[in-house]
Amino acid sequence: MEDKLIFCKGGGCTAKLGAGILSRVLDRLPRGPADENLLVGYDSRDDGAVYRLSDGLACVHTLDFFPPMVDDPYAFGQIAAANALSDIYAMGGAVRTALNIVCFPEAMDLNILGEILRGGAEKVIESGGVLAGGHSIADSDVKYGLSVTGVVDPEKMYRNNGGRPGDCLLLTKRLGVGIICTANRVGEASPEALAAAVQSMTTLNRDAADCCSRYDIHACTDVTGFGFLGHLHEMMDGRLSCRIDWKRVPYFPEAAAYADEFLLTAAAQRNRNHAGPFVRFEGTPFAVEEVLFDPQTSGGLLAALPEADALKLREDLRQRGLPAEIVGEITEKTGVEILVRG
Amino acid sequence: MKIEVNAMGDACPIPVVKTKNAIRELNGPGVVRTAVDNEIAVQNLTKMANQKGYGVKSEKEAGGRFYVTMTIGEGAPEPPEAETCLVAPQDGAKQRKVVVAVSSAQMGSGSEELGRTLLKGFIYALGQQDQLPETILFYNGGASITCEDSPALEDLRSLEAQGVEILTCGTCLNFYGLTDKLQVGGVTNMYTIVEKMTGAGLLVKP
Repeated sequence: MEDKLIFCKGGGCTAKLGAGILSRVLDRLPRGPADENLLVGYDSRDDGAVYRLSDGLACVHTLDFFPPMVDDPYAFGQIAAANALSDIYAMGGAVRTALNIVCFPEAMDLNILGEILRGGAEKVIESGGVLAGGHSIADSDVKYGLSVTGVVDPEKMYRNNGGRPGDCLLLTKRLGVGIICTANRVGEASPEALAAAVQSMTTLNRDAADCCSRYDIHACTDVTGFGFLGHLHEMMDGRLSCRIDWKRVPYFPEAAAYADEFLLTAAAQRNRNHAGPFVRFEGTPFAVEEVLFDPQTSGGLLAALPEADALKLREDLRQRGLPAEIVGEITEKTGVEILVRG
Repeated sequence: MKIEVNAMGDACPIPVVKTKNAIRELNGPGVVRTAVDNEIAVQNLTKMANQKGYGVKSEKEAGGRFYVTMTIGEGAPEPPEAETCLVAPQDGAKQRKVVVAVSSAQMGSGSEELGRTLLKGFIYALGQQDQLPETILFYNGGASITCEDSPALEDLRSLEAQGVEILTCGTCLNFYGLTDKLQVGGVTNMYTIVEKMTGAGLLVKP
């Protein structure tokens, strides 16, 4: 039991640094000479870095690791891996190789590490990629994740800022896993809610990406640490606006109930501080606001595409058992970037 | 009743959980002051207080310590059920911090005699409200109301006994030669008067 308490201190994407402080540091890094083959890099707020190797072939690099957000090491391994792999899917790519990144206390039971790595390895296999190595560090706290390399045709790659006015916004997973994990950490989450959240977080975005590949996706991102509204803000790119119908946004009802108990993370408040100025809520309950700012670990894909395609894509996704829903639409730029209403 | 909560070094949502437990322990009106070590925790606590309609103020001390003070009024003892919380902001208006400023020995203009009677009645009626003011400020002509021979002394003592802060402007007492005659409450300065007035959820001037 003692091991368990040490194991889970509140992690996942709630452990991410805030977008605001991060960009202050990144903006000051020296860049070196520009490389025209770097298609997506620091200058973009996209999910992974994309480097063109030849015409029609680019590699996608991404890296994600974090502290445990659940007590079960095997589930944690699955979640951390699914979360890292997701960035490849959000770019429209296919997974090729993955490397483990591990921090683990020397004194802790090695079976726990074994369970974490087993969960991660299973997800890499499920993604169709190969686990090719890794790196481990003795540290005071557990952290785990993957560095993943994928491939993509640069012509078909999804950027997160390619949305157009008139596009529908479609979300493939429920929101609220951050709040549920937080409630669980203080013993307030129901076993059913936690199981549903874990099930969602261990689900790869592979099927979702596969369905998307058949439609005219203008923009795509995965919803992770900056929350639905944070990632939506990045998607608007300063040149678009959107309207969100909160009643259509898929979320775990327990997450809203726990938000009403103020089981809120610091990360969600950082997200509110960062993206809040771009959002206007009309008739939206407080708890739903919190869900929309909630940092997601291994969240779903958020795609922008024409309405006719969006309707078909939603049906495809639902047939795969995903709780997909069209949650809003992109408009020309207006005074309010993101309008959330019922 | 006042409860101090130490949430230094605690990650969210622990400060909120501890504060909620303290509010439950109050089991009625009172004050909970929570110490935290980061601004985000202050914001999350403030968000909860605003949703619940508690009075709230926060202050930063040297050494990275923050205090969030919540004033829980009558009728809002427990964090309400999730469903009712959705309409809490409207209910919460009742719980905003009330500060009363008495700037004259009379209420309203017209007959001086009537004005004095009205002010006495006003102070009596204040004590009969469901929600008592947090602070009553007395300045200029109002300074005599807290001093010897004031007809409202008894009512003011009763208000003070119920936790209402009563403050009289020291410069005014001095000006009117009343410094030794103060009978109820404390002496204050312009800095505090401004702070109380600007920090009020509702400022009442009879």
